[in-house]
Amino acid sequence: MDKNPHNTGIRQDLPPPKMHVGVAGWIRKNMLSSPTDVFLTVISVYILYKIVPPLANWAVLDAVFSGDVNHRNECREIAAGACWSVIVARFEQLLYGFYPVHLRWRVNLTFILLFVALIPLLYDQVRGRKYLLWFTLIYPIFAFFMLWGGLGLESVESSKFGGFLLTVLIGVTGIAVSLPLGIALSLGRQSSMPLVRLLSVCYIEFFRGVPLITLLFVASTLLNYFMPPGTYFDLLLRVIIMVILFAAAYIAEVVRGGLAAIPRGQFEAADALGLKYANCMRLIILPQALKISIPGIVNTFIGLYKDTTLVVIVGLLDPLGISGAALADSKWQGLSTELYMFIALGFFISCFAMSRYSLYLERKLDTGHKNQ
Amino acid sequence: MSNIWTDKKSRQIIIQIFVIVVVLSLFGFFVRNTLNNLELLGREASYSFLFAPSNYDINQHLIEYDSRSTHLRATVVGIINTGLVAFFGIMLATLIGFVAGVSRLSSNFLVNRIAYVFVEFSRNVPILLWILLWHGLIVHNMPHPKQAMAVYDFAFLTNRGIYIPKPLLEPAFWGVAAALAIALAGAYFFSRIAKRKQELTGKQYPVYWVNCSLIVALPLLAFWLLGFPAQLEYPVFKGFNFKGGLVLSPEFIALLIALGVYTGAFIAEIVRSGILAVSHGQTEAAYALGLKPSLAMRMVILPQALRVIVPPMISQYLNLTKNSSLAIAVGYMDIVATIGGISLNQTGRALECMSIVLALYLCISLSISAFMNWYNKRISLVER
Repeated sequence: MDKNPHNTGIRQDLPPPKMHVGVAGWIRKNMLSSPTDVFLTVISVYILYKIVPPLANWAVLDAVFSGDVNHRNECREIAAGACWSVIVARFEQLLYGFYPVHLRWRVNLTFILLFVALIPLLYDQVRGRKYLLWFTLIYPIFAFFMLWGGLGLESVESSKFGGFLLTVLIGVTGIAVSLPLGIALSLGRQSSMPLVRLLSVCYIEFFRGVPLITLLFVASTLLNYFMPPGTYFDLLLRVIIMVILFAAAYIAEVVRGGLAAIPRGQFEAADALGLKYANCMRLIILPQALKISIPGIVNTFIGLYKDTTLVVIVGLLDPLGISGAALADSKWQGLSTELYMFIALGFFISCFAMSRYSLYLERKLDTGHKNQ
Repeated sequence: MSNIWTDKKSRQIIIQIFVIVVVLSLFGFFVRNTLNNLELLGREASYSFLFAPSNYDINQHLIEYDSRSTHLRATVVGIINTGLVAFFGIMLATLIGFVAGVSRLSSNFLVNRIAYVFVEFSRNVPILLWILLWHGLIVHNMPHPKQAMAVYDFAFLTNRGIYIPKPLLEPAFWGVAAALAIALAGAYFFSRIAKRKQELTGKQYPVYWVNCSLIVALPLLAFWLLGFPAQLEYPVFKGFNFKGGLVLSPEFIALLIALGVYTGAFIAEIVRSGILAVSHGQTEAAYALGLKPSLAMRMVILPQALRVIVPPMISQYLNLTKNSSLAIAVGYMDIVATIGGISLNQTGRALECMSIVLALYLCISLSISAFMNWYNKRISLVER
């Protein structure tokens, strides 16, 4: 038994003060803890009051969602808010561009299988990962024939590609090809051979030094000069090549940061084990360097994905190009906000998902070296 | 034979020879094709077109320019316009970035969440979309000049841009500028003297207040003594549009806001991570030494946070400058839109025009990254 003289019997615990628990306590702690805090809360509430109700009114409460409306003036007669009918009317175009309607199942199938091909890359604990990786390897060839046709499938010209199909196509191709190219460039920059180093540095500095839009202009106006007379290059292909070259330079810089973080001892240990250069890189250096640079790589990918919108300036019909065409139509003139908001939402969802995935990876791969 | 390949030195030489041969032959291939193509078109690469009249107008020019000016002058106008939007964009982005970045760390739930939503929405939507969205909002949703939205009869918001009063400077205004220069120089010397005195004797001077009042008071005094040598020319509504004053075109505003918000969101994340990077022990140590919170912030935490913040922030500034090339989407006449756009289309000299554009941007980027290397070397911690 307790011999504590102060313990004079069992007493019930008092409930905590009401202002310190529950909703009231939470609000007090997080919104009203000091005079400055109160002031900030008041300002925030005012900002929210100024932004949220008008936006909600415009986008939802006063908006027209019906697909039966065929003119902006009809919209205006029904309600004063957003006229989402333009999205309904152009939805298919925003997704596929002018891809032939009866062949769109091929785009859908390719898109769904893209995720199947991605699964073994994104999660390494999937059952049957080995077989899935084989599928990933042949997927690009499969996608090419599905999208452009050939091998008995009806062929489709690249000029018919458009909308988010184009965005995803350029983005995914750019990401997939620029990663190995970027890694090679970063190794070149670290190389002990002066010429290789010089060339890599020149390449990286050039492509990082100029805006993507000027490179796309080069692709659309100049690339024909550099080819033998009479060669014809698809504009889409030219743009994809430029996007790849551009992204590779950025990836190279990110990976270089990762390589620089590897202690010298790792290189020396690999040499001491008698590993050749290729094996040393593949087995020891790159796994560590890439792990460190994953957040940077994903950020570069997000940037690349967003940059695909620039292709509209050289005349490809990505979602912005499609909305430009819709706005040029007298029926939908002036509805730019609706169209751009919709596209912005599409981009936000995919880019935000990618950045969340990068956070997840960072946590998963963090083996604690950082904090030692 | 196998010795050559096994020996590291000779192997490296072989690889380098191989690489240089491949690269040179690729270049040779491109150059020969280009020459062939130019010959087929029946002309040579020549930059003489730069001195021919441009035959197009540019709505925003800070130096004298009209359609009879040369392509070269059009290029200079483009460079100035790029510089203008980049300069103000950088100011706006830094302001937004610091406010949002500090707000992201606030313990106030609402402030924190608003900043979070703002940052995530701004940076996860393409910059081109932001530019077009803002441009569309201004052009389609702002009132006509007739029903202009007046801000205290000072500025007028219309769908043709924002009209603000234009300062008309008389020659005597140079006196005010000189006074400002003197005040700045005086402030600089005073702070140096005060610092030296403090190091010698430990006595502190109110440097901040003295310098602030010096910089504000001296130009004001000069302004008053010289008899107010500046006036404001107010925009006046006449006929169909405003006359006089200074007009900020919708393109410029859209570009400025979009660049500021987009880059600001990135800077916010940089600022946040920079502040978080300073370990809490530093704050506690500063307090333990008896520093006031404001001094601890200024002398202990900020210098360390800035070391983390500044380099990525400068590269964001560079990104902003490069992103300003998207101006062409809304028709703001920057480098790309003048020499790489209309000049190119009029003269058909794609090779020459694009090479100028690329060279200009390379100059900007390389000089900024050279500055960054210098700065990084200067501030890098010397350990052990």
